[in-house]
Amino acid sequence: MSNITKGRELTFSILKYNPRDPESRPRFVEFKMYETTGMTLFIVLSKIREEMDADLSFDFVCRAGICGSCGMLVNGKPLLACRTLTADYPDGNIQIMPMPAFELIKDLSVNTGKWMDAMSMRVESWIHTNEVHDISALEDKVDPDIADETFELDRCIECGLCITSCGTALMRPDFIGPAGLNRVARFQIDPHDNRTNEDFYELVGDDDGIFGCMTLLACEDHCPKHLPLQQKIAYMRRKLVSVK
Amino acid sequence: MKIIYCDALVIGGGLAGLRAAVATQTSGLNTIVLSLVPVKRSHSAAAQGGMQASLGNAKMSQGDSEDVHFIDTVKGSDWGCDQDVARMFVNTAPKAIRELASWGVPWTRVRKGVHEAVINTEKTTIVEDDEAHGLITSRDFGGTKKWRTCYTADATGHTMLFGVANEAMKHKVDIRDRKEALSLIHENSVCYGAIVRDLITGELEAYVAKGTLISTGGYGRLYQTTTNAVICEGTGQAAALETGIATLGNMEAVQFHPTPIVPSGILLTEGCRGDGGVLRDVDGYRFMPDYEPEKKDLASRDVVSRRMMEHIRKGKGVPSEFGDHLWLDISILGREHIEKNLRDVQEIAEQFNGIDPADEGAAGWLPVRPAQHYSMGGIRTNATGESQTLSGLFSCGEAACWDMHGFNRLGGNSVSETVVAGMIVGSYFADYCDTHDTVISTKTVHKELKKQDSYLDEILSRADGEDIFPIKKRMQEIMDEDVGIFRNGDGLKNAVDELQELLTRSKKAVVKSKARAGNPELEEAYRVPRMLKLALCVAYGGLLRTESRGAHYREDYLKRDDKNWLNRTLTTWADEDATLPEVNYEELDIMKMEIPPAFRGYGAKGMTVEHELSEKRQEEVDALKEKFEAEGKDRFEIQDALMEYGLPKNYKDTNERLGVGRE
Repeated sequence: MSNITKGRELTFSILKYNPRDPESRPRFVEFKMYETTGMTLFIVLSKIREEMDADLSFDFVCRAGICGSCGMLVNGKPLLACRTLTADYPDGNIQIMPMPAFELIKDLSVNTGKWMDAMSMRVESWIHTNEVHDISALEDKVDPDIADETFELDRCIECGLCITSCGTALMRPDFIGPAGLNRVARFQIDPHDNRTNEDFYELVGDDDGIFGCMTLLACEDHCPKHLPLQQKIAYMRRKLVSVK
Repeated sequence: MKIIYCDALVIGGGLAGLRAAVATQTSGLNTIVLSLVPVKRSHSAAAQGGMQASLGNAKMSQGDSEDVHFIDTVKGSDWGCDQDVARMFVNTAPKAIRELASWGVPWTRVRKGVHEAVINTEKTTIVEDDEAHGLITSRDFGGTKKWRTCYTADATGHTMLFGVANEAMKHKVDIRDRKEALSLIHENSVCYGAIVRDLITGELEAYVAKGTLISTGGYGRLYQTTTNAVICEGTGQAAALETGIATLGNMEAVQFHPTPIVPSGILLTEGCRGDGGVLRDVDGYRFMPDYEPEKKDLASRDVVSRRMMEHIRKGKGVPSEFGDHLWLDISILGREHIEKNLRDVQEIAEQFNGIDPADEGAAGWLPVRPAQHYSMGGIRTNATGESQTLSGLFSCGEAACWDMHGFNRLGGNSVSETVVAGMIVGSYFADYCDTHDTVISTKTVHKELKKQDSYLDEILSRADGEDIFPIKKRMQEIMDEDVGIFRNGDGLKNAVDELQELLTRSKKAVVKSKARAGNPELEEAYRVPRMLKLALCVAYGGLLRTESRGAHYREDYLKRDDKNWLNRTLTTWADEDATLPEVNYEELDIMKMEIPPAFRGYGAKGMTVEHELSEKRQEEVDALKEKFEAEGKDRFEIQDALMEYGLPKNYKDTNERLGVGRE
């Protein structure tokens, strides 16, 4: 690792707050460092913790945009911090805040896991079937296009960027959000799942479900996996409106 | 102090742990899963390219069977694996993938008709049969005879993890995230749970269980350059090691993947080469066929990684500010293929390097260099997944040394192992929990809780001394420099010496904030000494092993030495104040092997010190086979006569295949 280019000076303004400490108050703390080639916010925040502020809390796991751990508000926009490049900020000033709509753990760490688990339980995010498969026999055939379509919606990484972007989710804490509606659409097309549209209506046929969406569609703008949220929410709404 | 009771305690919520938890929960045992992170964020999610299972549905996988998968796995391991375990694995893998299909994993399916594929840089036409349409398809991977790797584009681990996690939720497994097991509770060489720290509140809790299973993944973060997630710090192996009773197996067996992208070290799947991508050097020249005429870019990972470094050493690397690298060219596969089957790779390349790999010619080439990727070593278990020395402690997945990978794991065999071992070991684990009671005095539980509590207080009470972060960084540098792809006696000796010194220093490191909760530096302060113990197991095991086998490559001992080293390294750490593990060896019995040691079919030839029994056993195997074939016995009967192995439930059933039935 020789001759790594030392670039311009960057300024980071980071929200710090520990809700478990009665003396803590939300505040922005400033850090400065020199940019290096290909610098991401994963590199920046790790460096801050190692060299400037060992107390700074944040969440990263895969640091490759795959696990969905590191959603943050960067200059007001929800992004996966691990794949956000400092090079994309021409004036060198970067403000980082935790995502709203989720329980704050500390500083930039929010409890997206808890939120997503509740959503999964609400939409019963698993295959519903009475069939018992003999796992030593040939698997059921699935139309390759249907398998691809299911996969497309199965790519959600539960990062929560869509929830943070969603007007309804910010106003209604019980709204299952774009991630939840996408999950319903995913099981609706999966041929292994025997649930009918009536069953899905029972789960999400209300204002906390499919009828809560105000079609602002910031969810689709911010989805790091480019899921077709607009199309799928409209599709599910059409299906469930026709129930009853 | 809080004590929580359950029947089965699973530490680690990735694919292996969750699948094992489904096994215990569905057999009526009250199961708790503990995880450092929300389980759907586990490192299993990062497995990209696929899962090996010998379904034989697609054209290029026809003729595949457990037998072929078994031979590939044993050769891949460089004869370091336990062959009975490899047999258990290959027979269960097709069942695992079919089970996952029924749990909703949207496996990519065979499409009937004409397809174009790139094989050896040539466009080739493949025609898929009508009868196979809609069955699970597979792609090519390194070190395999058939196209055996089943996938969902290049997000296979993600869809598998969501499928298994959803199933665990369906069965109401009690999953608790942001929890870290600090130590195991044990009495009279029996394990009864763990002391656990809540990573949000900082509170310590004792989880007391009839049986405990560790499935915390690998220890890649001992290295500086690794594809592993930041949580892969070997916390599970360390907890087992610190009992002083449980053993770790083959810790020096560490895999380096050929194609992480430079400089971030993020993995680009082997599927890139499996689908027809190739490696190129500074001149744009495809060099692998010169080194490996038969398997070319798709020899096993240990071999390809070494050949790449060899080529860089010859001055053929591409200079960059991050050191020399080579190119991975997938542009030859065409935009349509990349945007369908290698999407995450494209996304990673675009996001992190600003390169679109579908761009034609050199513009789309990706900078790659081998980096740490997989831990073959781990908690040593017997074939049922239970520790050989600490009863009631089970382990499976990458955390374990079960041991089906020996000294090198084949691509596609790791996610496959997670779910297969989750099924098999999960079943044996359920049997254990079902037939054993919790018979431990609360005094022992309290003593262990108190010990961890005092330890954290002691760390926070240190007044002045050095920071923990530079110690960790230095450990990672040493591991990269001296315990990497190429190893030698001098380097390993230096590593062992300096790691010992770091271990001593790490126990005196000072934490600036004195808070017991929400204090990431405190976590480093208790984790790093544990990581250093593991690093010492890796480096010291590597120093003592004076041969080259699989991924363990000694420049001063170039040959695989079956005569002296056909064994498994076992490390224990009984004395808390020691700076080195105790090392013992477990012999591998050639006379019980189904395939006695021989040439792998790739890598340099004539580089083995033969064991006298290898030839003898080969003759025996050949004679037995000939005799049984003459008697008209089928392949299962012959296999059974050569090497018996057991499996729980109905996992020993023969697997049905298209056009072959159950033969």
